[in-house]
Amino acid sequence: MPTDVNLWPLIGVAIIIAGFVLRFNPMLVVIVTAIGTALAAGFPIEKVLTTIGTGFVKTRNLPLIILLPLAIIGLLERHGLRQHAQRWISNIKSATAGRLFIVYLAARQLTAAVGLTSLGGHPQMVRPLLAPMAEGATENRYGKLSQKVRDKLRAFSAATDNVGLFFGEDIFVAFGAIVLMATFLKEAGIDVEPIHIALWGIPTAICAFLIHAIRLYRLDHSLAKEIAAESAASSNPAK
Amino acid sequence: MTLTIQHLYYLIGFILAVTALLTVRDATNPRRFSSAAFWAIYAVVFLAGDVIPPMWIGLMAVIMAVIAGFGGVAGGKHQPRTDAQYLESAKRLGNKLFVPALAIPLITMIGTLSAKHLIIGGTPLLDPKNTTLVSLGVGCVVALALACWMTRETPVQGMRESWRLTDALGWALVLPQMLGMLGLVFSDAGVGKAVAYVTTTYINMDIRFIAVAVYVIGMALFTVIMGNGFAAFPVMTGGVGVPVLVHHFGGDPAVMAAVGMLSGYCGTLMTPMAANFNLVPAALLEIDKNAVIKAQIPTALLLLAANVFILYFLMFR
Repeated sequence: MPTDVNLWPLIGVAIIIAGFVLRFNPMLVVIVTAIGTALAAGFPIEKVLTTIGTGFVKTRNLPLIILLPLAIIGLLERHGLRQHAQRWISNIKSATAGRLFIVYLAARQLTAAVGLTSLGGHPQMVRPLLAPMAEGATENRYGKLSQKVRDKLRAFSAATDNVGLFFGEDIFVAFGAIVLMATFLKEAGIDVEPIHIALWGIPTAICAFLIHAIRLYRLDHSLAKEIAAESAASSNPAK
Repeated sequence: MTLTIQHLYYLIGFILAVTALLTVRDATNPRRFSSAAFWAIYAVVFLAGDVIPPMWIGLMAVIMAVIAGFGGVAGGKHQPRTDAQYLESAKRLGNKLFVPALAIPLITMIGTLSAKHLIIGGTPLLDPKNTTLVSLGVGCVVALALACWMTRETPVQGMRESWRLTDALGWALVLPQMLGMLGLVFSDAGVGKAVAYVTTTYINMDIRFIAVAVYVIGMALFTVIMGNGFAAFPVMTGGVGVPVLVHHFGGDPAVMAAVGMLSGYCGTLMTPMAANFNLVPAALLEIDKNAVIKAQIPTALLLLAANVFILYFLMFR
C-alpha cells in the first residue's frame, strides 16, 4: 500500500484487544501493548522506556480522586456509615432502588451541567451512600437479599453515576471538553463559539436521561420478578 | 504560598509509603514482600517522579506491571467489626455520619468556585490550573479532621483504614494511570493517524447518512480502544468530521463536535480501558470487574443509535 503513514503501530490495537478478550492480567496487557506499540513505531529501547516513564508521570493526577477520600470513607464505614445510610432510607416508605437512582441521575446530570462535577463520584458518593441506600430500600420491601441482587444494585449505582456525569458535564461551557473541541476546530480553520457546542449537547443529554431512566424504572420490575423467582426456588428445594 | 497539585502528590506519596510499611508488617498477607514493593515503588513515583529521569520511571512502571501481572499484589485479612458494633455506632452518631462524607464534595465545590477570589498579596491560594483537584485535597484533609473529631479516632486509624481499602482495591488502583500512559504512548507512536488513514481509505463516505454513522460509531469504537473520548476526538474529527461532514457536506461544526464527543462517551461506558469509571468502581463495590460495563452497555448502545439520528437531522438543518 503506497502510504507515508506508518501502519505498524496499529499492532498495539490488536495486542490490547486480544489481551482483554483472552482475559490476561490487564496490567500485563497494558505494559506489553505500550512496549509493542513503541517498538513498532521504530523507537529504540531507551526511548520506549522514556516514553512510558514520561506518560506515567504525566498521568499521576488520575488516581488522586480515588486515593484521597479513602481514609475518611474507611473511618466512617468503621463507624457504621453504610448501616446508617440503609436505616435512613428505610424511613422513606415510597423509596425503591429504581426511583432512588432516577432522582440521583437527574441530580447528577443537573449539577454536572452547572459545573459541579465533584458533587458525586464512586469513592465519596457511590460506595458509602448510594449503593447502601439502594440495597436498604430494596431490603425494606423484600427482606434479605441474595448476593446476586446486591451485586446488580451496586453495578447500577456505579453506572448511574457515570451516565449522569458524562451526559451532564458537556453542557457546561467552562468544562475542559468544550474548550478542547473549540481549540481543535479553530486549528482546523473553523471558528465556533464554545456556547454553541455546549448547547448542541443538550439533545443527547435529554436522550441519555430518558433512556437510562426508563431502564432504571424497569429495573424495579425485573428485581421484583427476580426476587420472587429466588424465593420460590428456595421454598421448593431441588431434590 | 500557593497550594499546588505537587503538594497532593507528596501527600499521596506519603499515604502510599505508609501503606507499603503496614503491608510489609502484615503477617496475614500471603504476598507481603512483593505487595509492599509494589506500593513502595508507587510511592516513589509520587514523591520523586519529577526528579528521577523518565527512563527510570519507565522501568519502574514495567516492574510494577510485572509484579501485579504475576499475582504479586495481594491483600491481608482485615478483621471487620461485628454487626452489633456497626449498628451501635450508627445509632449513636446517626445523621452526623453524613457530615464528613458530604463535606468532601461540598468543600471541593466551594474551593473550585471561589478559587478565583482567593488571592492573597497577588499569590493565588489554590493552583489555578488544577483548582478542582487541589480543592478535593483540601476537602479530604478537612473531612478527615472532622471525621476523627466526631468518631474520637486518631489520624493513624485513618491511615489504617486507607490501607485496608487500598489493600482491597489492589493493583486496580494503578490501572487508570497505566491506561492513561498507554494513551500517550499511542499518540506518540502515531496510532491515531494510522486509524484515521485506514477508516477514510476503506469506507465509502459519499452517502451522507453513512458518513454520519461512520463518524458517530467511529468515535465510540476509537474511545473503546483508547479508553478516552479526548484521545479519539482529534483523530475522528480530523479524519472524518472536518473533511467529510463539514467541508464536503456542509454540516454545522458545533453540532458535529458536541454529538461526536458525547458519542465518544458512549464508548467510555463500554470499555475496560476507562478503568477509573468502570473497573475501579467495580473493585470498590466488591463486584465482578465487568459488572458495571454490563449494566451500562444497553444505555450506551441505545444512546449511540439516537446520536446517529440527532447528528443527521440537526447538523443539516
